[in-house]
Amino acid sequence: MKIRLDNVIKTFDTFRAVHGVSLEIESGELVALLGPSGSGKTTILRMVAGLEYADGGHIHFGDQDATDIPVRNRGVGFVFQHYALFPHMTVAENIGFGMSVSKVKRSKAEIAARVRQLLALVRLDGLGDRFPGQISGGQRQRVALARALAVDPKVLLLDEPFGALDANVRHDLRRWLREIHQELGITTIFVTHDQEEALDLADRVVILKEGRIVQQGTPQEVCRDPRDPFVLKFLGDANRLTGEVRAGRAIAGGAEIAAPGVADGPAEIFARPRDLDWSESGPGVAATVTRVLDRPGERRVIALAGTGEPLEFDVEPERAIVAGEAGFVTLRRAKVFSLA
Amino acid sequence: MSHTRHGRKPPRVGDHPLFRRSLIGIVLVLGALLILAPLIVIGVEAFRQGWQAYIATLAHPDTRHAIMMTVVTALIAVPVNTAFGIAAAWSITKFDFPGKRLLLVVIEIPFSVSPIVAGVAYLFVYGLQGLFGPWLDQHDIKILFALPGIVLASMFVTAPFVARELIPLMQAQGRDLEEAATSLGASGWRTFLAVTLPNIKWALLYGVVLCNARVMGEFGAVSIVSGNIRGQTNTLPLHIELLYHDYQAAGAFASASILAVIAVFTIIAKVALERRGAGRRKVLASPPASEGTRP
Repeated sequence: MKIRLDNVIKTFDTFRAVHGVSLEIESGELVALLGPSGSGKTTILRMVAGLEYADGGHIHFGDQDATDIPVRNRGVGFVFQHYALFPHMTVAENIGFGMSVSKVKRSKAEIAARVRQLLALVRLDGLGDRFPGQISGGQRQRVALARALAVDPKVLLLDEPFGALDANVRHDLRRWLREIHQELGITTIFVTHDQEEALDLADRVVILKEGRIVQQGTPQEVCRDPRDPFVLKFLGDANRLTGEVRAGRAIAGGAEIAAPGVADGPAEIFARPRDLDWSESGPGVAATVTRVLDRPGERRVIALAGTGEPLEFDVEPERAIVAGEAGFVTLRRAKVFSLA
Repeated sequence: MSHTRHGRKPPRVGDHPLFRRSLIGIVLVLGALLILAPLIVIGVEAFRQGWQAYIATLAHPDTRHAIMMTVVTALIAVPVNTAFGIAAAWSITKFDFPGKRLLLVVIEIPFSVSPIVAGVAYLFVYGLQGLFGPWLDQHDIKILFALPGIVLASMFVTAPFVARELIPLMQAQGRDLEEAATSLGASGWRTFLAVTLPNIKWALLYGVVLCNARVMGEFGAVSIVSGNIRGQTNTLPLHIELLYHDYQAAGAFASASILAVIAVFTIIAKVALERRGAGRRKVLASPPASEGTRP
């Protein structure tokens, strides 16, 4: 089912949470709404679900205007951040709930068969008689997904689906959700504030800020060509140096890098920690190491540039480097935005 | 070094043996004097003149009528207040509307106001000199000095009980479960019966038990509006007072023993319900785990 949002607006009391958002989601696509808290991503998701009504604009499901269809009849599967499993029902009863309240009457045997099928899909065979309180967080989230899928939704909506789980479980569930999506091909939108999750999972990432879309595209597009400093910083750690562009080259302190197509004048230069090099002698931006953080794959160095700007960069695990050391930072790769 | 000077660990703050013993002692003595002793006296006094007298008192038509009045009052007031409590808790926790905070305060008023004030207020509203008094009189509707007045006064006094048990619980539960049920296609009524009610049932029952205990024991407000007509508008607490003033101590204690027994059963039910997760201590079934790390 193709979904189209057309200039959708939502205001809570005096706060405008969503400012005229337009968005198209192709049938079968897996799309991430990514943004910091307060960016309106959950509100958009809830409006698509019908849990929140849009104050303006339209939401289309295929050719149908779904804007005013109540959630009950909208045919969406919604997965809540904190699962929202019915605590007094077993896992099987939770999954079967949508079918038992449906206008389409099914026999108990039919429902039981479908529940078994869904339990197998989410790899929870044999746990049907447990209560939500007796299973782990990751299992609960899978039950929530099975419950949402049980009503054969046209669209699957997930609100921070892995937000309440610990890092390892999140990682596994992400891969698993991707597999399920591949298997079922159902149009899916999920909300997250975790850029890694969005990039890992989605066909397309929609980045939001203060109720507006700032950029959308495939993970490759948004990573390789962030439109503005907000997107760049939101997608991952980045160093910011102020400098100047002259004849296609950006210069900051003693560091220099090509900046094709950027107008001459003052500019901001952004570089990821692994795109900075450290050497004992110049040229480069003079800096002093303040701290070294050891990580499994690299050593993260925190330094202070002579200009007072903080810098973070990664060096190989074998590299001997200690706090207090002075040296120079050069740019291997950077993104330059004109300040003019 | 100073820790070992006396050859043993220092007590925790406030854990001096003398302090501990005297505090526990005071609580035990006061508890026995203030709470246990009167209960024992009721039991002893009720049977002072033997079983026969006890049964005779309870079998007396006036006593039986008073018991009947109390039961009927509870049968009306408790269900009405239960419905009110659910409706109020639902409105406050699931909807946003202007005046929500005011409603929260208004619901609590019966707790802070003396019941006798409520009784007097009803007198002014429904009494002959009151607001609706003449109109009611013309249409021959009796509210004061009759069952309706007793029920109304009891309802006023016990209005907050159910709502107060449900509001904190339903606030903690949020709207997620209802939203989930609705998104799965359940109607509003179905959602309430299948999802909301099972999750609040112990707290609801707890509120109902407390509400019932208070309705049956209510004295102040009811004594004003009932008119204390023996054998007609006397509830059990009023009847006890009447017997006492008639120097029928044994009868008063026998009647009181009924209320005491109800109280004991209430306490047992209360403890049992608390064990099942009612009361205010209940937290969400699935508390959010750690937020995880943001790489």
